[in-house]
Amino acid sequence: MDIHEYQAKEILSQFGVEVPAGALAYSPEQAAYRSRELGGDRWVVKAQVHAGGRGKAGGVQVCGSDAEILEASEAMFGRKIVTHQTGPAGKGIYRVYVEAAVDIAREIYLGLVLDRSSQRVMIVCSGEGGMEIEEISAERPDSIIRATVEPAVGLQDFQCREIAFALGLDAALVQSFTRTLKGCYLAFRDLDATMVEINPLVVTGAGRILALDAKMTFDDNAMFRHPQVAELRDKSQEDPRECRAADRGLNYVGLTGNIGCIVNGAGLAMATMDTIKLAGGEPANFLDIGGGATPERVAKAFRLVMSDKNVQAVLVNIFAGINRCDWVAQGVIDALRADPVDIPVIVRLSGTNVEEGQKILAKSGLPIIRASTLEEAAERAVNAWKNDQAKGAKLRAV
Amino acid sequence: MSILIDKDTPVIVQGITGKMARFHAREMIDYGTNVVGGVVPGKGGEVVEGVPVFDTVKQAVKETGAEASLVFVPPPFAADGIMEAADAGIRYCVCITDGIPAQDMIKVKRYMWRFPRERRMILTGPNCAGTISPGKAMIGIMPGHIYLPGNVGIVGRSGTLGYEAAAQLKERGIGISTSVGIGGDPINGSSFKDILVHFEDDPDTHVVCIIGEIGGPQEAEAAAFVRDHMTKPVVAYVAGLTAPKGKTMGHAGAIISAFGESASEKAEILAHAGVTVTEHPARIGETIAGVMAAA
Repeated sequence: MDIHEYQAKEILSQFGVEVPAGALAYSPEQAAYRSRELGGDRWVVKAQVHAGGRGKAGGVQVCGSDAEILEASEAMFGRKIVTHQTGPAGKGIYRVYVEAAVDIAREIYLGLVLDRSSQRVMIVCSGEGGMEIEEISAERPDSIIRATVEPAVGLQDFQCREIAFALGLDAALVQSFTRTLKGCYLAFRDLDATMVEINPLVVTGAGRILALDAKMTFDDNAMFRHPQVAELRDKSQEDPRECRAADRGLNYVGLTGNIGCIVNGAGLAMATMDTIKLAGGEPANFLDIGGGATPERVAKAFRLVMSDKNVQAVLVNIFAGINRCDWVAQGVIDALRADPVDIPVIVRLSGTNVEEGQKILAKSGLPIIRASTLEEAAERAVNAWKNDQAKGAKLRAV
Repeated sequence: MSILIDKDTPVIVQGITGKMARFHAREMIDYGTNVVGGVVPGKGGEVVEGVPVFDTVKQAVKETGAEASLVFVPPPFAADGIMEAADAGIRYCVCITDGIPAQDMIKVKRYMWRFPRERRMILTGPNCAGTISPGKAMIGIMPGHIYLPGNVGIVGRSGTLGYEAAAQLKERGIGISTSVGIGGDPINGSSFKDILVHFEDDPDTHVVCIIGEIGGPQEAEAAAFVRDHMTKPVVAYVAGLTAPKGKTMGHAGAIISAFGESASEKAEILAHAGVTVTEHPARIGETIAGVMAAA
């Protein structure tokens, strides 16, 4: 789960990380008013979206007056921002953060991640702040300093010092750098984050170390023990289809193809998408219906897939271990009877109760295309879709 | 022979009184697994599916001589259950639980390292379908009837994709020595490489099949091990050719976040190390059959 910059800064400051003075606004007028509360003569207006790369997309504006803040935030509110991290649909701006501008002497990149190689928390630092970490690793890999944290004792002062000296920080700054780094680590550990990124962490002209930007991602599996973090979820920043699916207990990722997929198991779902691609089609989604799926859950999954107007064929692929093919077949039929569709539906069943499942499909009298293997199912789905296209099928109204 | 489990391995089920755990304990017993007991704190003295329940893993080990454990404990308590098994002297632990916080798994791994190697428990999972040595025993939730006994070792992240591979092999009359699920979580008990070490040493495993997916470094690590240490032929499929970057595809660990973590990059790394890679999930069986015929 991602949170906004202003929320990450609030959390990190509770752990001793210094941040510039700032305030949140839900309207341009409020944004302008915030500058008076904050004082000073230069401010930065920052669009609050769950994505990096805002600066290049016009989501960060430096302003010198109320009028400029009003103008800058009017241009932001309600707009969708598109960056390399948002996907083509972009993310809506419904909040802006107004911050007192800072006199920057130096920019540093600081990230904490869950490192899957060492199976520990890893600190990643570079003197090339302001650039994306992908750019730094491509262009200045030598500038990257890494350290892993021993989980039994946590991050040690000497590790922070080593990083500070490797960055070439002034000896007078080592103490506040250590406080900042340890604060980030403790926030990471105590709140079950999977990523903390401060880019840039800046040294000001007056010699303070401040987090100018902040991003935090949390472990969805640990949110049960952090209700105060779970509350920060902002559904406006999520794909509405994925959001709807999550609320129904289904695991769904929307893609841009035409062949909808309903599968049990994450690995088999990815494999089914691969097979569609290899057969010459494009999958419209990833969907794992999980184990022990009831006819109701299958019918729900079917409606969810059909709610994507790009879907022009549906492939159901079930290898039942804990699942039951007869339940899945019944779910597909229930969904088709409740909301008849005029696109090809291909069903491949295998495993537990497969004969009963096939019987239910056959008896229904519905025009369901059956397949016995994964490859056959994908080929039939792609062929049926291509035939429909050749006949001049149009986009469905949803 | 087989790896990790055989027909005599005494097995306990942690969390056996839960509905799903009970169902799968029954399935395991019916398959022929030597299930000797269960552990549920506060339910010691009960009998479930014909086996005694104990309050602690230590008691269960003392009374039954259990060597392996299946952890079916809910996510908030699963890490604790795994550490309890490690401390009680369990040799092999399979954790089915999906949804354990990643930092809990970091703790589990750190805790396991405190034991000297010869006394250290082997953990597979969490978030896996378990391990089966066909015709001998299974510790997990897979449908046992789709596996024929034989000489192919399978190690994979995904449960259902493992079933798909087993079914494709069965269709060709090819059997399996052991199939091991290492699970879909970012921090897991055993990596592909850890399991390959066992397969390389097992005389009854002639060919090994790796079923990987997007995310993480473990397929690349396995490739290096195959190149440097494996004498047996290895086949691989990596799922997620069409998965977009930065999206979690069902499994918590199935997310492309760094270079080398996409399906095509992993396939290339494996192929480069001498692994026979199929990009077609429907042709895993066919590819293994081809490699066996050539060997």
